[in-house]
Amino acid sequence: MSANVPTTLLEAKAVAKHFGGVKALRDVSLTIRRGEIYGLIGPNGAGKTTFFNCMTGLYVPDGGGFVFDGVPLVADAPHQAAERGIARTFQNIRLFGNMTALENVMVGRHVRTRAGVLGAMLNNAATRAEEAAIRQRAMDLLHYVRIEDRADDLAKNLSYGDQRRLEIARALASEPKLLCLDEPAAGMNATETAELRELIEGIRRDGTTILLIEHDVKLVMGLCDRVAVLDYGALVIEDVPAVVQKDQRVIEAYLGA
Amino acid sequence: MNKWLSPRSAFGITLIVVALLGLPFVAAMGGQAWVRILDFAILYVFLALGLNIVVGFAGLLDLGYIAFYAVGAYAWALLASPHFGLHLPIWVILPIGAGLACIAGVLLGSPTLKLRGDYLAIVTLGFGEIVRIFMNNLNAPVNITNGPQGITLIDPVAFGGFKFSGTTQVFGYALTGPMKYYYLLVALAILVIIINLRLQHSRIGRAWQAIREDEIAAKAVGINTRNIKLLAFAMGASFGGIAGGVFAAMQGFVSPESFSLMESIMILAMVVLGGMGHIPGVILGAVLLSILPEALRYGVGPAQMALFGKQLVDPESLRMLVFGLALVLVMRFKPAGLWPSPERKRELGEKRMEVAK
Repeated sequence: MSANVPTTLLEAKAVAKHFGGVKALRDVSLTIRRGEIYGLIGPNGAGKTTFFNCMTGLYVPDGGGFVFDGVPLVADAPHQAAERGIARTFQNIRLFGNMTALENVMVGRHVRTRAGVLGAMLNNAATRAEEAAIRQRAMDLLHYVRIEDRADDLAKNLSYGDQRRLEIARALASEPKLLCLDEPAAGMNATETAELRELIEGIRRDGTTILLIEHDVKLVMGLCDRVAVLDYGALVIEDVPAVVQKDQRVIEAYLGA
Repeated sequence: MNKWLSPRSAFGITLIVVALLGLPFVAAMGGQAWVRILDFAILYVFLALGLNIVVGFAGLLDLGYIAFYAVGAYAWALLASPHFGLHLPIWVILPIGAGLACIAGVLLGSPTLKLRGDYLAIVTLGFGEIVRIFMNNLNAPVNITNGPQGITLIDPVAFGGFKFSGTTQVFGYALTGPMKYYYLLVALAILVIIINLRLQHSRIGRAWQAIREDEIAAKAVGINTRNIKLLAFAMGASFGGIAGGVFAAMQGFVSPESFSLMESIMILAMVVLGGMGHIPGVILGAVLLSILPEALRYGVGPAQMALFGKQLVDPESLRMLVFGLALVLVMRFKPAGLWPSPERKRELGEKRMEVAK
């Protein structure tokens, strides 16, 4: 990490969410600093994805809220979260299956581009220039995640690992400040996981903060600067991996003791 | 894109232009009725391409599309007929008609944004009926639409002194009213084809497709799904409104019964049968479904006479029977439509392979 004091990028303040009687999140507060890889782990059903969905605006929290980049996030507005600089991938990959890989990434440029209906109908110089820029940037991103040779294939025909990569490329297309990855290594073999790790480290090096939800404890402990553990919707601990690994409560949560 | 056309495509375009220019003269040999059928075919192309924005691009199943057509038609009828004594020029009425239809589109769109598929279809179907029933009953206490009697003596399309009704001599050729409307409609249709093509390959077009594919993922990448869906409704409705205006002017008469549910279903059938979201397919679907029933109307009766020497089945019911059978067969053997886009063809083809595995 750089020598200067890390500043806060995202602050969750007592976020609560319940579904009927189930308390999925109980006043979770945590802080993500600029430039770090932050891991969020916990057993199945601990509330990790719920936390993600609250943050990215897909769910409206029942209590608390988020401050991103110094300004509160508006609840129930996923498109605004993306505009503010939060991009995400999904646990069960959600690509636009019948669009090509390139088109998927081009859609990702939506929030950073302007052309409207009038521009499209007139197809004026500004629109054409923007369209060319979108295409170029999307191509660059496919190159970045190393699937540029699949650019013209339909997203659904890509291999599982490539689909994961494509989803990351699409998320990066919106130039996020915070990239949230929901179990990106799920279903990957050792080689693919190693490549993914390399990719994530590269993205961080290029200046994007990363929030990583993962089941693969080894990957999280090796990759993350700090880790938070959720259990039954409550925050157990938030610290550097070395401390988290030795924490008795974490061991209990995972072993079910 | 290449600035200069290859000789082959230049030849193709010339051929299409000549065919489009000559078609009404060929049709006129069979009588002006055929030119009128041609006019309606082009009008349906226009309508189907408008609906294609909503159904094909954005994936929103709209069964009340005819309502926007009705709004446009009545806008023209009320602003250019003796009914209110108004005779506004085309460049005033057409934008008003398109604007009103656009507002109607947003009105329908906003409460239905959270609905998908079947549920959306039911609400839009209801909306279409509501508009028709309004037109039917807005003759009391204040007579606005003249109720079921409809509005007559509507002004034809006119640019300055040039009227599209009646026969005029142009360069020694006698151009009848339907022929003049034909050229007007072809010009409008070409315009809407260009707009459709450009929208499809634009930032907005991609956003529509993304919503159709996966709405949650579309939200997550920052697409304001509410606005983008409303935009689809508004755009589709505006085209419907323009088509309605031209329809009113061409017919000189509108009444609520022209805007029945059957019409909505016909236009949707054109889009689906031709190939949803694929512009050439939609055009083909519209032309086929508007001309085929007419051809059957003229063909079925004489064919029976020739085969059996008498009318066995009422031509009108046989016509619908043949028509229905044709639809069923197409959907059975070409589920993606007669001329689907390459992607969609692959999509449905693969599904079948998966089942076969």
